[in-house]
Amino acid sequence: MDTSSLRLGRRALLASGGALAAVGASLPARARVGTRARIVILGAGAAGLAAAARLSQRLEGAEITLVDSRREHLYQPGFTLVAAGLRRPDYVVGRTADYIPPGVRWIEERAAVIDPDARRVTTASGQLVHYDFLIVATGLELDYAAIEGMDVSRIGRDGLGSVYAGPEAAAATWRAMSEFADRGGVALFGRPSTEMKCAGAPIKYAFLTDDTLRRRGNRGRAELVYNSHNRVLFSVPIVSEKVRMLFRDRAIRVNHEHELAAIDLGAKIATYRTPTGLVPMKYDFINVVPPMRAPEVVRRSPLAWQSGPFAADGWVEVDRATLRHRRYREVFALGDVAGVPKGKTAASVKWQVPVAVDHLVADIAGTTSAEAYNGYTSCPLITRVGRAMLVEFDYDDNLVPSFPGVIAPLEELWVTWMMKEVGLKPTYLAMLRGLA
Amino acid sequence: MKDFDIGTLVAVLRELLGPWLWVSLGVAAVAAVAFLYVVVRDRGVVPSRLVWSEVVAIGGGVAAVLITQRVTHSGFSDLGGPIDWVLLAALFIAGAIGTLIAAYAAFGLMCGGSRRRTVHAATPRADGYAPLARQASPRL
Ligand SMILES: Cc1cc2nc3c(=O)[nH]c(=O)nc-3n(C[C@H](O)[C@H](O)[C@H](O)COP(=O)(O)OP(=O)(O)OC[C@H]3O[C@@H](n4cnc5c(N)ncnc54)[C@H](O)[C@@H]3O)c2cc1C
Repeated sequence: MDTSSLRLGRRALLASGGALAAVGASLPARARVGTRARIVILGAGAAGLAAAARLSQRLEGAEITLVDSRREHLYQPGFTLVAAGLRRPDYVVGRTADYIPPGVRWIEERAAVIDPDARRVTTASGQLVHYDFLIVATGLELDYAAIEGMDVSRIGRDGLGSVYAGPEAAAATWRAMSEFADRGGVALFGRPSTEMKCAGAPIKYAFLTDDTLRRRGNRGRAELVYNSHNRVLFSVPIVSEKVRMLFRDRAIRVNHEHELAAIDLGAKIATYRTPTGLVPMKYDFINVVPPMRAPEVVRRSPLAWQSGPFAADGWVEVDRATLRHRRYREVFALGDVAGVPKGKTAASVKWQVPVAVDHLVADIAGTTSAEAYNGYTSCPLITRVGRAMLVEFDYDDNLVPSFPGVIAPLEELWVTWMMKEVGLKPTYLAMLRGLA
Repeated sequence: MKDFDIGTLVAVLRELLGPWLWVSLGVAAVAAVAFLYVVVRDRGVVPSRLVWSEVVAIGGGVAAVLITQRVTHSGFSDLGGPIDWVLLAALFIAGAIGTLIAAYAAFGLMCGGSRRRTVHAATPRADGYAPLARQASPRL
């Protein structure tokens, strides 16, 4: 794309101390770039809001528009705490409006069509929104329909749990798990074979169920089974091995190459797809994690990968280092919807957003950016209430600890639990405001 | 953590505590000012008052640890590695120091500006010996 029309020279307006104070920032004073560029951000979740905040800090005069119909903001990493009975559902619910930076326009509608050739988006009501730059941050879609017999409205009854389906579903999952912990029986856990957000979450929930049973003195009355979709337990080999050892230690049985295909909610039978055919398993409690795909508006657009491993589920075809679209240079994708090998966590969003914003601002300023995203992903892998492991890794499966030599990544620590329970939410909210 | 600096820390604390950040900073500032006032007024630290403040401070340190554990649904059995013990000690020390300053200031204000109980650095006696109190507990 030719961005020359947007380049108003390097009209860099120095941000005054007052301007910085206005956004409540303590960021180093940085030149703000003047522009009239129209920037449209699809999705006002973790990535969309953080990008809007960063862009409005760095640009002067840009027309920034957020498109999202959701008025509630969901702090998803807190779902696990709700499903562990430690927090009420309102802990994870905020108001989108509270995080929209001043001067940013919000269209309270879903995007229905993305036309990157015409550089415009059509909203659900038919409104046309033209852009010079587009940031796709629509998150992902939970494809419960892909599991035959699954009914989201029955979560919380008859031993059916699903932490992912929303705050109320997470609370209902806790009720079902708690009832199970009183009675005992067979509990099933697992994950889909698609890309998914927070790949550690299903593992965490197996550990939390084990812990709840132990605290109630009922561990001996229960059998816990983790059905892994492939031959490992986690995509990072060293973490996979650690989880294997912890599962053995806690007597959580593992089946490999088992993926949930169907569920009979009345009879409480889950049917798994395996290399040798369908395998039914009786359960008393199950935590269903559905397959995950890019939202339909993205899947149907030309922005999706056309071939390769990310094509089937419609993830956006971006360069893994810059998050810039490989075919449409003025388009970026951030967060869960980005078609990169790692990075479906809020922690990744925190690292991705400054990179993409820097490239976008460089385009406007007529310069280049050297910023690169290394695939940083982080997961406080809860191993029981009160302890967790701070697992941080990059595209190459290297462990990249934030506190090397201080917080051991593969050790179950109280300090990591403290981070998860106390530190993560305020850090996340500060990220939404572009301050972390 | 990418770009973790003091600004990030303040932003995170603001999200964590909301208006309570300013309340707690205000309380800390009042306690610190009161402490300084009492020390300047008395021209030194009163040993007996300091000892009582230290006793209260131990309670403050213990309270900091227990409150943190309660808020975070955790307990002593969750301490896993050395860094956990460091954190526990840091919480205790922070709670104890805060309480010490506040308690000393509160005792000082309650007692009023009684000069009698103050240890003066240099009040030479006619016989050349230092005052007894000074020998027993040197001025801090
Ligand atoms: C159970 C669970 C546990 C997790 N634990 C952790 C954790 O411990 N640590 C961690 O870092 N991350 C964790 N995550 C992951 C983290 O929450 C996500 O990766 C993060 O929220 C992704 O941000 P996003 O902006 O891409 O998507 P989201 O925050 O989901 O936002 C997407 C937004 O796009 C909007 N949207 C969708 N379709 C459209 C459309 N057509 N038009 C306009 N807008 C649209 C949605 O309404 C939504 O507001 C967890 C997630 C879950 C579910």
